[in-house]
Amino acid sequence: MSERSTLRLIILGVLVVSLLGTLVARLFFLQVMSEDTYRAAAQSNTVREIVHPAVRGLILDQAGRPMVSNRTSLVVTIDRPTLQRAKDGGIHVIERLAKALQIPASQISDRLKTCGAEGAKPPPICWNGSPYQPIPIINDVRAATALEIMENRTEFPGVTARLDAIRTYPSPFAVNAAHILGYLGPVTEQQLEKQGDSREFDRLRRTDVVGRSGLESEYDTVLRGTPAVTTLAVDTGGAVTGTLDEKPAVPGSYLVTSLDAKLQSVVEKQLADAVQRARDQGYPGDSGAAVVIDVRNGHVLAMASYPTYDPKIWVGGVSKKQFQALMDSDSLSSNAIQGLFAPGSTYKVISTAAAGKEGFDLYGQYRCPNQIKLGSQTFRNFESAAYGRISLSRALEVSCNTVFYGIADKFWIRGGGPDSTKDSPDPIAEVARMFGLGSYTGIDLPGESAGRVSSRLFKGANWEAKKEVWCQNAVEGYPETRKTDPALADYFTALDKENCADGFRWREGDALNAAIGQGDTAVTPLQLAMVYAAIANGGTVYEPQIVKAIMGPDGKVVKEVSPKVKSKVKVPRATMNFLQASLPGVTTDGSGETPFIGFPLDRIPVASKTGSAQVTGNKVSTSWFASYAPADKPRYAIVMMVTQGGTGSKTSGPSVRNIYEALFGVHGSNIDPASSVLVSGAPLKALPNVAPDGTPETPEGSSSGVQSTRPQASR
Amino acid sequence: MSKFSSTEVIGRPNTRSRQRGAAYWRELDWVLLVAALATTIFGSILVWSASRSDMASASDPQSYLKRHLVNVAVGIGLGFLASRIDYRWLRAYTPIIYGLSVFTLLLPFVPGIGARIAGARAWIDLPGGFTLQPSEFAKIAVILMMAAVLSEKQDSESEPRDSEVFVSLGVAALPLLIILVQNDTGTVLILASVALSIIAVSGARTRWVIGLIAGAVASIMVAIQLGLLKEYQVARLTSFINPSADASSGAWNANQARIAIGGGGMTGYGLFEGPQTQGSFVPVNESDFIFTVVGEELGFIGAIVLIVLLGVILARGILIALRADDLYGRLVATGVVAWLAFQMFENIGMSIGIMPITGIPLPFVSAGGTSMMACWVAVGLLENVRLHGTRKSFA
Repeated sequence: MSERSTLRLIILGVLVVSLLGTLVARLFFLQVMSEDTYRAAAQSNTVREIVHPAVRGLILDQAGRPMVSNRTSLVVTIDRPTLQRAKDGGIHVIERLAKALQIPASQISDRLKTCGAEGAKPPPICWNGSPYQPIPIINDVRAATALEIMENRTEFPGVTARLDAIRTYPSPFAVNAAHILGYLGPVTEQQLEKQGDSREFDRLRRTDVVGRSGLESEYDTVLRGTPAVTTLAVDTGGAVTGTLDEKPAVPGSYLVTSLDAKLQSVVEKQLADAVQRARDQGYPGDSGAAVVIDVRNGHVLAMASYPTYDPKIWVGGVSKKQFQALMDSDSLSSNAIQGLFAPGSTYKVISTAAAGKEGFDLYGQYRCPNQIKLGSQTFRNFESAAYGRISLSRALEVSCNTVFYGIADKFWIRGGGPDSTKDSPDPIAEVARMFGLGSYTGIDLPGESAGRVSSRLFKGANWEAKKEVWCQNAVEGYPETRKTDPALADYFTALDKENCADGFRWREGDALNAAIGQGDTAVTPLQLAMVYAAIANGGTVYEPQIVKAIMGPDGKVVKEVSPKVKSKVKVPRATMNFLQASLPGVTTDGSGETPFIGFPLDRIPVASKTGSAQVTGNKVSTSWFASYAPADKPRYAIVMMVTQGGTGSKTSGPSVRNIYEALFGVHGSNIDPASSVLVSGAPLKALPNVAPDGTPETPEGSSSGVQSTRPQASR
Repeated sequence: MSKFSSTEVIGRPNTRSRQRGAAYWRELDWVLLVAALATTIFGSILVWSASRSDMASASDPQSYLKRHLVNVAVGIGLGFLASRIDYRWLRAYTPIIYGLSVFTLLLPFVPGIGARIAGARAWIDLPGGFTLQPSEFAKIAVILMMAAVLSEKQDSESEPRDSEVFVSLGVAALPLLIILVQNDTGTVLILASVALSIIAVSGARTRWVIGLIAGAVASIMVAIQLGLLKEYQVARLTSFINPSADASSGAWNANQARIAIGGGGMTGYGLFEGPQTQGSFVPVNESDFIFTVVGEELGFIGAIVLIVLLGVILARGILIALRADDLYGRLVATGVVAWLAFQMFENIGMSIGIMPITGIPLPFVSAGGTSMMACWVAVGLLENVRLHGTRKSFA
């Protein structure tokens, strides 16, 4: 090798050393000599996020009809930093904009104030989002107005019109379903605190609206999607110095429910009719509920609660006055899953199952006198009817209380009578719990009630919880009440004295009341529907389910929800068969006969049980009608109830019949399955089709008034 | 164990091969090996720190680091192979390696295979989320091919003839043009520097060296003047001159990088504590801007340690080139040193605002599988050149 080569190699080496030296020198200058400058620069580097929420997913019925959808709304927004750069701080722009929008200028300036700032109005008037985010001023601006603003940009610096997605309720077949669908509201302080300082992109932000009840709440994270987030780097002066990250929005997923909008609308109307029927009889008929269950899988096909409200009222926020009105009308909570009512005679199926399980002869003869006396108390039959010696099946048909009192009394004596302990057997309560009473059904809706099963156990627990108050009242003697009504005060005091002393005791009267669904027992209409569904399917208590699948906004199935079994009713097969054989008799020859006169029971037998449950405080009885059909090949369980509605047969019965007619396509004595409210005459197995652009296919086609689901470009 | 092992090709008896196995480990340049290993470990810690905040919400926050470590392992394996391949075999097959390398350089243009990252169409998509950057291996192919061409007449003549220099220039120019079309400006600059260094050290006439330097400077100026470079390329190349001027991406990146390093001071904020690093203010700080992580979190002292480690690698490389017993070995070592040196300078230089911003990784440190593998193959080649010298003295 030449010397020239070696020399040049050495030159290369020197060059390399000098390059490294340059780096070290520059680093020394940057890090050691200018450290303070750059530390300060690093400290003033902060992050701001601009968030645009994702389009919320739709809620579809079983046939693909949107029950909750989105519509586009022209929203005028103001970019506050741009506005503040104007010479007069934007006062003139605000005035011009107010004129164009025909709203007072103060409405705009109030909206522009950050919540918590001096002179800011409380939310939702003030702005509780990031100051770097365009602030929405007003929704549903007319297109002409928006155009006028956009065409005169120089007149309106920082003002923009954009299309936002707003929740809308297409109400196919005028369906309401407010208690199932739920509504949206601003995120709460507690929700924000709960997530701590999460940095996840799908975390909740102060400007978010979230589901506050119903499916909107239960499936909030599924429906919400992930917002589009642009992360900006901002210096201490508030100037944007760069874009750190841009994440596009991921639209929310769709819920496919087992509800059928057409059926739901029928059920809602029939419930309203039942309430009206009660009122026509002169009863208050103040509230009610109806549930239709698919007995083969626990799917909720329809569920209604009376009174209800218009879900649209929540869109864009409610005023204090509107909210108060909603609260006063008692329409916010769902009677179907939250309301607790004494089940009355509909509970007798449970007492019968307990009798069968404990070895009573299901085909024997039982005495049905018009009343039973127990010390000073008298336990009567409805309208004091007496039937002599009848079969248990007949006792169910005519709803004879005294037969079940007799059974309950034997149970009570077997359990030790007055000397029972909390471990003594309590067969009726035990079977009730197997049927899912006294515990949550597990429905995919928030806020359901667990209910109570009147029992020795419950009495003991209740006494433990309340004895202090009882005993205190017994000593004090209700001084407040005494001032106005000494007699009532005496009565209360005597009651509390007794409760204080032995309120834990499971007395004979308690046992008798429990057997006919009175006393402490309280159920939700949904729970009772699940009881009848379980009898229909031979003893499987499903968890009622509303959502059967989650679908991406592109129509791809994300998750299918399979039926979940909550419990199995462990009573002898023969007992279940006995119940299934007896209940159709209630409709043909018993208390459920009247409403079904003329119904083709020969081809579609209906199993039913009526109830007219007594309510404390001299109120009119609760009208219950619990049923399933076809009794020989069960498919649907329907329960309807009206509080202060009179008898089950007169008030709720006719409406239940009408729902069955709609389900099976019954016209007079003809059956035309094709005219069923359900497409193809039964709940659909297949999931609805959703086009890749997010438009669901419905049986009625796209012209059913279903609005477009996503914001579209403005014309 | 493989047909690449030197003994089989040379055909020596097995007993000697066993002795030579021991000699291999004894004669290795352990300083070079330890320095490269230490730099790689140092780099992995920096990659960990840089990817932590970005991966915080991923299902496995450590997945990025794990992938990096897989790349490191594969790289070291390839380096070992490169050190064991017989010299003459390597030389004989160099044209094939070169041809394959040019071929793979064209693959990113094939739709469905190629991937575009940060504006450069220089990646090939592989299954499992890995990507391959063929231009990294092209650097090695160019070094081997140029060395082979220029050292052909080593025994009879002391310097390469003009025709050989001309051919070697063509060898460098072909991949260089392809990479230029791929918009990978940084790699183009490094390849040019490598070619220039190899030609210079080959002993080619001085007028070649001066002419090439003049030509390179002229072509850069013409490219800018005629607008041949796209706007963003110019912006990237010039934003280092006045980074605070505007908030557009190139300048902003340079500014954030300098804030990170400058803020690090003498001792740094501490590992995982750098606000610029953990707040994702510096873009791609797990690869191109990795130096900002050491600068911010470990300060001037940490940065010097890293530069010294890299310096040791380069120094051992130059020593190996000086001691090489033939021109081929010297030119291979020279090429490797020039490549690593200019790439280090360009990468660190852009992070501290004295070089234009280009998308090239810091050797041995940055995340990026192909770069890591190429660097370890380079170490293997340096060891191979060294072993070739010692091997001869045994014979």
